[in-house]
Amino acid sequence: MMITVKDLHKSFGKNEVLKGIDLEVKEQEVVCVIGPSGSGKSTLLRCLNLLEEVTSGDVFIENDNLTDKKVNINEIRSRVGMVFQHFNLFPHMTVLENITLGPIKIKGVKKDDAIKAAMPLLEKVGLEDKAEMYPESLSGGQKQRVAIARSLAMEPKIMLFDEPTSALDPELVGDVLAVMKNLAKEGMTMVVVTHEMGFAREMGDRVIFMDEGIIMEEDTPDVIFGNPTNPRTKEFLSKVL
Amino acid sequence: MEAFLESHYVRVMPFLLEGLVYTLLITGVGLFFGFILGAIVGLARLSKNKIIYVLSSIYVEALRGTPILAQILFIYFGLPDLLGFNIDKITASIIAIAVNAGAYIAEIVRGAVYSIDKGQNEAGRSIGLTRGQTMRYIIWPQAFRRMIPPLGNQFVISLKDTSLFSVIAVGEMLYMGQQYYGITFAAFEALTMVCLMYLAITVPTALYLRKVERRLDV
Ligand SMILES: Nc1ncnc2c1ncn2[C@@H]1O[C@H](COP(=O)(O)OP(=O)(O)OP(=O)(O)O)[C@@H](O)[C@H]1O
Ligand SMILES: [Mg+2]
Repeated sequence: MMITVKDLHKSFGKNEVLKGIDLEVKEQEVVCVIGPSGSGKSTLLRCLNLLEEVTSGDVFIENDNLTDKKVNINEIRSRVGMVFQHFNLFPHMTVLENITLGPIKIKGVKKDDAIKAAMPLLEKVGLEDKAEMYPESLSGGQKQRVAIARSLAMEPKIMLFDEPTSALDPELVGDVLAVMKNLAKEGMTMVVVTHEMGFAREMGDRVIFMDEGIIMEEDTPDVIFGNPTNPRTKEFLSKVL
Repeated sequence: MEAFLESHYVRVMPFLLEGLVYTLLITGVGLFFGFILGAIVGLARLSKNKIIYVLSSIYVEALRGTPILAQILFIYFGLPDLLGFNIDKITASIIAIAVNAGAYIAEIVRGAVYSIDKGQNEAGRSIGLTRGQTMRYIIWPQAFRRMIPPLGNQFVISLKDTSLFSVIAVGEMLYMGQQYYGITFAAFEALTMVCLMYLAITVPTALYLRKVERRLDV
């Protein structure tokens, strides 16, 4: 298993946001998470690399338990890439510097080697000509593709995506989804929180419907989108489709 | 022309230039240490550790809540009583600027670091950078740019504050001006020149800062 979540609870003060999540993600699997706003999708994703501290339960990345105080969380995070809704590129660095920072500072790769390794990544996301640009001069879609390349530079085994396209103009969504589809085809293990039902249907090995802090239903995209059993899933899908 | 060269406006200048050296020395060295102190205390003010937070807050509030004149007298006359040895005037002045400006700079640092989008920290941590690395490579460089205008402002304030050290007879610019009119009774001319000398530094600084600020805005 790449990811194992056992009875995960997360509260913010008195507000319990995750109420017992169990989840397993296999190697090379693409799991899409859908559900209404406020259902805890982002919180779940953020617990998977401990950007949020978990209140109780266990999260394993491969065989390492994140809730164990002795684990080296920084090392585990470098195995888990994360792509945010608002990109979060480093605005004071060029595209190339954004991508090479991690390899240089964390893995101790030499600058020249890091740049050599970064160029194919930029090609992969279709931005090889933007290497020396600063993020402010890129479109949203380009920024998000740089953010993906930045994560990939750490050679992660898992990629987490939190609504990677919802801050984008509609005409820019396609380029980002195309990059994600390629990643999935190459066998990257991915957990994708998304409102793009088309992507979930086409690329998801499994779709998870979350509501009110629990997993209401999970199944193949065919079942979830074609013949969901849970009334809440039906209701949600009737609104968004 | 000759009359002008013979006038007090000109004859006070050697005094003021000698004073200027000390004014700039105290301001420069004081702010250098003040910035280090301010950076440490400013980051401490953002700490989740209660003790660190409380201690740094006490420092900031104590120094911002008391007049710098009382602070210099405390350092120069008060502390030696406690320590059992004297502190020379220049050192006392530098310490006064450092600890006083340090408190204000701490607030500048805290505000600038706090103003950086939380997503920057999360992005840094999520690629595997430690807390320290994220601060050093991602948060601090962005925050520092936002600190430049208020730091420049603090420079102007501290520069003017050094004039208060004339009370302990530090030979800074205002004190040297006073020395001159003490002998010559040309108070109007001497003090006019003292003020012009301060303005010669503070006005260009302010103009420059406004330019920097405009550039950071876009
Ligand atoms: N840092 C936080 N502090 C307090 N409450 C939080 C925090 N983060 C999230 N919450 C709360 O947790 C709940 C779930 O939030 P979360 O962001 O996980 O939802 P979501 O499913 O991702 O929604 P959306 O589709 O709008 O992104 C919300 O009620 C939110 O207000
Ligand atoms: Mg969310």
